Amino acid sequence: MNAPAYNFAYLDEQTKRMIRRAILKAIAIPGYQVPFASREMPMPYGWGTGGVQVTAAILGPNDVLKVIDQGSDDTTNAISIRKFFAKTAGVATTTATADATVIQTRHRIPEAPLHGGQVLVYQVPIPEPLRFLEPRETETRRMHALGEYGLIHVKLYEDIARFGHIATSYAYPVKVNARYVMDPSPTPKFDNPKMDNCPALQLFGAGREKRIYAIPPHTSVLSLDFEDHPFTRYRFDAPCALCGAEDSYLDEIVTDDRGGRMFVCSDTDYCETRQSSGHRGSENAAPHKERAHG
Amino acid sequence: MAENQDAAADDQPLLIADRLSKAYGRLTACRDVSFALYPGEVLAIVGESGSGKTTLLQLLSAQLVPNAGCVSYRMRDGVTRDLAALGEAERRFLFRTDWGYVHQDPAQGLRMAVSAGANVGERLMAVGWNHYGRIRDTASSWLERVEIDVGRIDDAPRTYSGGMRQRLQIARNLVTEPRLVFMDEPTGGLDVSVQARLLDLMRNLVSELGLAAIVVTHDLAVARLLSHRVMVMKGGRVIETGLTDQVLDDPREPYTQLLVSSILPA
Amino acid sequence: MYVAVKGGERAIENAHRLLAHERRGDRDVPEVTLAQISEQLSLGVDRVMTEGSLYDRELAALAIKQARGDMIEAIFLIRAFRATLPRFGATEPVDTGQMQVRRRISSTFKDIPGGQILGPTFDYTHRLLDPQLADGFLPEPPATSDTSPVAMPRVTDILGRDGLIEASPRADAVLPVGDLTREPLSFPADRDLRLQNLARADEGFLLALGYSSQRGYGRSHPFAGEIRLGEVEVEFMAEDAGFAVPLGSITLTECQMVNQFKGSATEAPCFTRGYGLAFGQSERKTMSMALVDRSLRARELGEEIIAPAQDEEFVMSHSDNVQATGFVEHLKLPHYVDFQSELGLLRKLRNEFSEAADASSPMQEAAE
Repeated sequence: MNAPAYNFAYLDEQTKRMIRRAILKAIAIPGYQVPFASREMPMPYGWGTGGVQVTAAILGPNDVLKVIDQGSDDTTNAISIRKFFAKTAGVATTTATADATVIQTRHRIPEAPLHGGQVLVYQVPIPEPLRFLEPRETETRRMHALGEYGLIHVKLYEDIARFGHIATSYAYPVKVNARYVMDPSPTPKFDNPKMDNCPALQLFGAGREKRIYAIPPHTSVLSLDFEDHPFTRYRFDAPCALCGAEDSYLDEIVTDDRGGRMFVCSDTDYCETRQSSGHRGSENAAPHKERAHG
Repeated sequence: MAENQDAAADDQPLLIADRLSKAYGRLTACRDVSFALYPGEVLAIVGESGSGKTTLLQLLSAQLVPNAGCVSYRMRDGVTRDLAALGEAERRFLFRTDWGYVHQDPAQGLRMAVSAGANVGERLMAVGWNHYGRIRDTASSWLERVEIDVGRIDDAPRTYSGGMRQRLQIARNLVTEPRLVFMDEPTGGLDVSVQARLLDLMRNLVSELGLAAIVVTHDLAVARLLSHRVMVMKGGRVIETGLTDQVLDDPREPYTQLLVSSILPA
Repeated sequence: MYVAVKGGERAIENAHRLLAHERRGDRDVPEVTLAQISEQLSLGVDRVMTEGSLYDRELAALAIKQARGDMIEAIFLIRAFRATLPRFGATEPVDTGQMQVRRRISSTFKDIPGGQILGPTFDYTHRLLDPQLADGFLPEPPATSDTSPVAMPRVTDILGRDGLIEASPRADAVLPVGDLTREPLSFPADRDLRLQNLARADEGFLLALGYSSQRGYGRSHPFAGEIRLGEVEVEFMAEDAGFAVPLGSITLTECQMVNQFKGSATEAPCFTRGYGLAFGQSERKTMSMALVDRSLRARELGEEIIAPAQDEEFVMSHSDNVQATGFVEHLKLPHYVDFQSELGLLRKLRNEFSEAADASSPMQEAAE
């Protein structure tokens, strides 16, 4: 039987070159979705194959890799991907945002500010921001080409007409470099402002949908809105119960079956760093009160 | 807008059709059609089904490519251009700003699952309007103009009656103040009483706004009420053309005489 | 005190250890061998090779064993392996007209040159569970007869000689054959890419689409012109040697559907083609594939596109079971962050709703 021998970072060099060409094109046209010949990876589609291919294509032996899922280094899929690269590329891994040169993420942008020289690789399930308004690829590509984005404002208009405000809480569409409307992947809209004028390179990989797109460093990223209904961040109004942070995105933890719950940082590295420098929260700091109805 | 145009510009045609022909295999749907349409003028294209009038409307509105001939249009900057030479971006921009297209079936021209306000506001947002309040105010005033209760602004057109849908489609088209509107059997499929109200509304809007319009209809009553000029089509050819009253009261071609006598009993 | 969950790494390792244990099952039961899978579950192996796009019986058997009999998981294993294989080039097109035929039927002619050959088939078996098979059953050896090899021209070639069927659409010889595993797919897609997509497509998905076209969702009036199963030679053009080198033979199933076509202003009426090809014996797959291939030619043949089976963007975007299962199953991954955002939004909307209700309730009381 042919026992396979794998290349550095799993993908063969020919495939890596193909992906790098797509990445370069994506950087040259910020926010534009570049088609690429996505390969079958040893993890399922929808589980980060796009991000993994991008990471594999850019990883060098001296890189330090961090992988997060839902902001945490310890969720099962983050562990699985980190182990994959530790095994196939033998690169150093870290959980510290500041120490990483490449950060692969699903659904979050780290709280600690990114710096120049870092690359943030997003895993993207559906790269097309217009997909649920217009299912046809042929039509959405035409809309992007002609900059016809009236339809996406129709969606925002409908939200305001119905709810009084824009009711999109994650995968909140943005306009990149004043040209292409882009899906930031399913990150909470709390993270949107971090993409704007970010010193790090941001790469987005969608394996199943075979698209790569990018935000080069220091590029304008504007969340779509109306002048009289400007974009707002959402954050649950409480300090983290573990580290007391008032500026981080929070996970809700259900602590018992009697309505008990607490809120802690979703970014585990951020939270642990704060705790180790002496910050403390209080489990009772902000007991969440459900409004009594009826 | 009409008041912005100087008198000299009104002397020049808005749209010129030059020897247009279109064939499907051996079937010729439209043969050698030429005419000029002036600003503010309403032209009716009449004929039986299969006479080629819908094909002609699609040729004129650049939705079909002719086998021979060309259509030119005088853009807002005053330059007359061949539609076939426009890029797709320019053509689509024209379509959502300076032109309107009213379909016979409103479901084809509206987003049926989206509120009336957004249906009217979409064209504004597409050309860069970015103030919710102003978009909504403009949509409200257009609903009033087409006699739709402003209280229904957040309802989707699938909850509307056929006549309301057609009026909403007209508002959606007129909100960007186009100079030319194409209408394909705009009253088809509506009850007679609903038709009368719609025709009355359209006649008022067309004259208030100084719109030019090309109306395809098999209903000579529609042509009589709305249009200044009529073109009669048969077998893909224009067989008679002239002022509406003249053609309908004193038809020269035997076919037109037949049409008038069978459909317009005095 | 709440402590953030740790030890995911251990959990994964233990889960995989448990999986290996469950895969083996009761250790008193003998372990199934790859040869047993390959020989006795051979149609399963054929399917994994076809949809996995890799002709290797042993690896396909291993994949089925590793996947505990889950066919889509086995196909996924083969695909992931295939993606890492270096490419030396493409073989010469195989000639199914020269196939060493083991089964060959046509439903369009009672008799055809070379004859109808039933071969190994479930057709005409009565689907009664056979208790004999439960244990130690040894079947009779197959019946044989002495025949000299006869030519078996393809039925579509016979029709083609009279011009009753369209010429097989030929690709431009100058253009390389497309490969959607190497180049990103874009629409509209040409037939080479469509056929490649269908060959890799999920059998169940194609079956349902083909069936829908028979039931009136884009009818194409098909006849099974011919289905043939057998071995063909695979040859590779060695540039250095300047001639084609035989690499060996593979088993293929081919189905050619013959469909009605009304003709148009410029073309005389004639039959049209739908094509299906698969590794091993995969009749359901090739027949479904041929139906869908014909349906997808609607654009090329100037037919109205009204049914799902005719819509290439719909069909090709959803036919791949490895893509589909990945995305459906990714819902198992954590979505805490998105869910948290939705939860926050929902609470806000509910609060606003109840505040609005509170504000309006005094008026209601006054009215009562």
